[in-house]
Amino acid sequence: MGTDAAAKRGLSPAIMKVRGLSKRFVQRTPFSHKKFAIDALVDVEMDIAPGCVTALVGESGSGKSTLANCLAMLERADSGEIWFEGQEISRWKDRQLAPLRSKIQMVFQDSAGALNPRFSAARIIEEPLEIQNREHGAGLRGRACEVLAEVGLLPEWAERSPLELSGGQRQRLAIGRAIGLKPALLILDESLSGLDLSTQAQILNLLLDLKQTHALTYLLISHDLSLVGQIADFVGVMQHGGIVEFGAAPQVLGSPRHDETRRLLASARGLESAYRTARAGGRA
Amino acid sequence: MKFLERRLLHAILLLIGASLLCFLFSTLAPGSYFDEMKLNPQISSATVAALRSQYGLDQPLPLRYEHWVKSVLHGEWGYSFAYNLPVRGLVVVRARNTLLLTSLAAALAWLIAIPLGVWTASRPGQWEDRLSMAGTSFLLSVPELVVALGLLYCVIRTHALPVGGMVSADHDSLGLWGRVRDLSAHLIVPVATLVLASLPILIRHVRASMMEVLQAPFIQSARGHGIGRMTLLFRYALPAAANPLISLFGLSVAGLLSGSLLVEVISGWPGLGPLLLEACLSRDFYVVVGVVTASTLFMILGSLLADVMLAMADPRVRMDNV
Repeated sequence: MGTDAAAKRGLSPAIMKVRGLSKRFVQRTPFSHKKFAIDALVDVEMDIAPGCVTALVGESGSGKSTLANCLAMLERADSGEIWFEGQEISRWKDRQLAPLRSKIQMVFQDSAGALNPRFSAARIIEEPLEIQNREHGAGLRGRACEVLAEVGLLPEWAERSPLELSGGQRQRLAIGRAIGLKPALLILDESLSGLDLSTQAQILNLLLDLKQTHALTYLLISHDLSLVGQIADFVGVMQHGGIVEFGAAPQVLGSPRHDETRRLLASARGLESAYRTARAGGRA
Repeated sequence: MKFLERRLLHAILLLIGASLLCFLFSTLAPGSYFDEMKLNPQISSATVAALRSQYGLDQPLPLRYEHWVKSVLHGEWGYSFAYNLPVRGLVVVRARNTLLLTSLAAALAWLIAIPLGVWTASRPGQWEDRLSMAGTSFLLSVPELVVALGLLYCVIRTHALPVGGMVSADHDSLGLWGRVRDLSAHLIVPVATLVLASLPILIRHVRASMMEVLQAPFIQSARGHGIGRMTLLFRYALPAAANPLISLFGLSVAGLLSGSLLVEVISGWPGLGPLLLEACLSRDFYVVVGVVTASTLFMILGSLLADVMLAMADPRVRMDNV
C-alpha cells in the first residue's frame, strides 16, 4: 500500500515499510484477574514515501497511536516486519537501535507531559543531542539556541521552564527537540490537537517550512480530517487495529471506498455543519 | 530566600506551639514525681512541699512555662527529678545513641529501597516484581514488635550476637577495631528490626512513584532519543519521581529521634526510648517535655528539609512558592 502510488508520482522507494504488523495487549480484570486480550494492531501493511506527508486517521481506539509507537520502536510489535531505509529493524535490540533512533523522531500530543518539567527549554533541546553524542560543551548550547530560533522561539527563552511557555510554544519546543537530531522521519502523534485554531495554523506552517528545509518525511496521526486534507499526500484509514483503506489523499478523501472512511468523512462534515449553525446562531 | 524565611518562621511557631501543648498535657496528667514520696513515712510532707517549691511545681502553669523557656535558652532544658541533673545532658547523650541507631537504619533502608523499587518498577508483573511485592506485603503485615522479638529469639537461641545494651562489659579494654566490631554486633538486631519495619513502605513508595513516571510521555520521548536503560531509570525517571520520595525522606529524618523508641526498649538500646519510658513511669516531668520537644524539633527539621529539597529539586514547587 502506498509504494505503487508513490512510484506513479515518481517518488523514490518507501523510507519505511510495514508488513504484517500485529500487536496484542493482554490485561487482567481488576478483581477476578481474568486475562483478556485487545488486538491493538492486526496485520498492518503500509509504506511511507520519503519527503511526503502520510496521514493515519481513524476513530479513538483504532490503533493509530499504537502503530506510531511501534514504528518509533517505543513499543515492540508481536509479529510482522518494519523496514526502515532498507533494514528490517523490528527485532533489533535496544543497543542496535540507539544510533537509529535519531532518524525516527516523534512529537506527542501532550506537549506539557512530553517535556521534562525539570529541564529548561535549552536543556530539553540539548539532552537528545548529548545522548546521541552530536554536540558537546559550548557547541551544545549554541546548537540549542539555533534550534530554538528555527522553531520560532526566542533564544532569550533558553533558560525558561516549559511550564512558563504557552501550549503552542511548548509544541514548538517539542518539534525543536525532534528536529535537533536531524531525523529522516517525524511522527506527529496528534501533535496539533488541543491547540486553538490560530496556533494550530502557525504550527502547521512551521511544520511545512521545516519539511522543506530538512527534507523531512511526516507520519501524521490525526482525527482531524480537514487538517489531513490540507497537508497529507497519502492517507491511511484505521479501524479495529487494521488499515482498511490507503491511498493518495485526494483519492481517499474525495472518493472513499470503505464504509469507515465514508463514516469518518460524514461525521467530520456533520461537525463542520453543526459548528457553522452554532456560529450563525451566535451571531444572530 | 523568602521561601526559606517563611518556612523557618513556620518552624519556630510550630516548635513553640508543640512545646506549649506538650507542657500543658504533661501538667494535666495525673500524679507527679513527688506523689510517691508522700507515701514514704520517712519523708515529711513539709520536705515534699519544699522539694515541689524548689522545682517550681507549686507555681502556676504560665510561670512554669516561662521558667522552662528561660532554662532552654540557658541550655539546661529544665531539671530531671530522678537524676538530679539538667535535662539537656541526659537527652543529648541518649539522643546521640538513638541517632547512631536510627540514622544507620534509615540510610540502610533507603540504600536498599531505591534500587529495589526502581528495579521492580521497571519490570512490572514479572517474577522479580511479584516476589518483591509478596515480601513487602508479608513484612507490612508483621508488627515491628514481632520482628524485634523474632530476631531476639533467633539471636538468643544461636548465641550469634550479644543481646541488650550498646557495648559489652569489656568494651573499654578492646582495641579500636575490637570496639567497632563490638558496637556493630550490638547494633545488628535493632538496626535490622528498624530496616525490616521501614523497608516495605519505602520500596512500595519508590516503585509506585517510578511506575507512574515511567508512563509519562517525556520518558517515552527520552527512550525515543536512544537513552540507555540505566540512565533513563536513574538520571531521568528517578529525579522526576522524587517528589513523594523527598517527602517520605523528610519523614524518615523527622522520625530519627522518635521512630525507634519501642525497638530501643525491647532490644535494650540505651537511647531515648528507655529514658522516655522511665521518665513517663516516674513522672519525671521535664525529661518527658525535653524528649518530646527534641523529637518535635527533629520532626520540624525533617519537614523543613523536605520542603527545601523539594524546592531545589522541582521548579514547579519553586514557582508555586514565589
